[in-house]
Amino acid sequence: MADIVSVRDVQKTYDSGFQALKTVSLDIREGEVLALLGPNGAGKTTLISLICGIARLTGGTITVGGHDVVTDYRATRRLIGLVPQELHLDPFEKVINAMRFTRGLFGFPQDDALIEKVLRRLALWEKRDSRIIELSGGMKRRVLIAKALAHSPRILFLDEPSAGVDVELRKDMWRIVDELKKDGVTIILTTHYIEEAEAIADRIAVIDKGEIKLIQEKAELMRQMGRKQMIIELQQPVDAVPDTLAPYGLELGEGGTLVYSYDTRGERTGITKLLSDISAAGLTLRDVQTHQSSLEDIFVDLVQGDAQ
Amino acid sequence: MNLHAIRAIYTFEMNRALRTLLQSVVSPILSTSLYFVVFGAAIGSRIETVEGVSYGAFIVPGLIMLSVLVQSVSAASFGIFAPKYSGAIYELLSAPASFIEVTAGYVLAAATRSLVIGLIILGTSFLFIDITILHPFWMIGFLMLTCLSFALFGFIIGIWARNFEQLQLVPMLIVTPLVFLGGSFYSITMLPPVWQTITLFNPVVYLVSGFRWAFFGAADVSVGWSVLAIAGFTLVCLAVIAWIFRTGYRLRK
Repeated sequence: MADIVSVRDVQKTYDSGFQALKTVSLDIREGEVLALLGPNGAGKTTLISLICGIARLTGGTITVGGHDVVTDYRATRRLIGLVPQELHLDPFEKVINAMRFTRGLFGFPQDDALIEKVLRRLALWEKRDSRIIELSGGMKRRVLIAKALAHSPRILFLDEPSAGVDVELRKDMWRIVDELKKDGVTIILTTHYIEEAEAIADRIAVIDKGEIKLIQEKAELMRQMGRKQMIIELQQPVDAVPDTLAPYGLELGEGGTLVYSYDTRGERTGITKLLSDISAAGLTLRDVQTHQSSLEDIFVDLVQGDAQ
Repeated sequence: MNLHAIRAIYTFEMNRALRTLLQSVVSPILSTSLYFVVFGAAIGSRIETVEGVSYGAFIVPGLIMLSVLVQSVSAASFGIFAPKYSGAIYELLSAPASFIEVTAGYVLAAATRSLVIGLIILGTSFLFIDITILHPFWMIGFLMLTCLSFALFGFIIGIWARNFEQLQLVPMLIVTPLVFLGGSFYSITMLPPVWQTITLFNPVVYLVSGFRWAFFGAADVSVGWSVLAIAGFTLVCLAVIAWIFRTGYRLRK
């Protein structure tokens, strides 16, 4: 896949002196779903604002579809749709007019068929003549998405799409992302919900304190950094790890269980030998469970590891 | 040129004006009628003529200017302040529209709105007083230029204002006093000589005077000066807006 967004050595320092981005370089591939993962204040929204033209670059360059975001902003911005984090809407405007406004603003003639298609996709068609103030919070968020799609962008930025929405709407949002991806739209979402990145992203970039800590295929990332744990429950709980099992680096788990951590990448996990050594140590197995570390564990490791 | 963007902003702003039709139209008609009753009928009956016209007719251009200036400033300032306040400004900043196009959308809408109000007040005045407009094309020209220039001024105020208080401050504390002291309800020749000189520093004097000339053919200052004053004020506003857009002042972080 070719890169559709290219961020090169981008820096951003606000007038207050706060350095939101140190030096960030990042390439976003056409058609992918990229999750920008990071704690609050990491620089996620700043990075999006710079790509979309809401904030000014302090240093570096950004190109979108091969065009520079500063010198050729008309070309870049027509390609981009942005769904902001907050519900920034004119409360007294009708849903359909709000969409028409965005489409016009982005330089496109009105297209009622397209507006109907987008509103139907977002289950907003019945509400098209409602004023935004009359809608629920979840509906308002859908309106923001509808507005961002009003000019059929090739790139969609979703800034914290799940902040403050219920589970049903979140799942709905994931479905919409999936449909848009199938249409070939490149989607960049910022989130601090790991579950979200894990569920819908193709690649994950972790950003913290204004720097990209890592960018990788989600599956690869989980394979490389994913540890697996085996929790061994014994007939007679133990209060210490037997000396003969010391080479395995076992830990004592809750309720006198033994916890064995192993690397899924290894050719040999050592499980067979461990189980036979447990038996040789005179212990009897009652149950065995395994646990794959989640993206959340990986993320916490990365961010905490940096802090230490 | 992104004409679709100008049209989108213009339509949005005009829809907003239509939503508040009562406030936009009925309120100026009512206040103008009150002015006519109080100044035109009650007080005006005790005043013979000013510069050869009845007092009731004499105040018509001033009354129109008063409403048009206040309405232009408030409509344009609120127009750009509202998305700043609600956060919806993100859309304007991330759109493929230049600052010229954004300004044009808001300013044209505010100017249209105040022009309509100005014409409604003129129509209302016909109900109370007999007026003949000597130079109708100049009258419309002055009115349109004033609407545009003060909408530009209002747009600057809307970008500058950080809160509702600041938004109200300039129209309330600067525009209204300038209009009242700018010869709206009197000829500046009625003032003592010192005050006549001081008044000449008030830009509104030139607007009201030029506008009144278009009605009655008499003016406190020459029409040439009035045209120059409006054109100068428009240019200053355009220069400030160009600077705002180049630096991103209070818009782009």
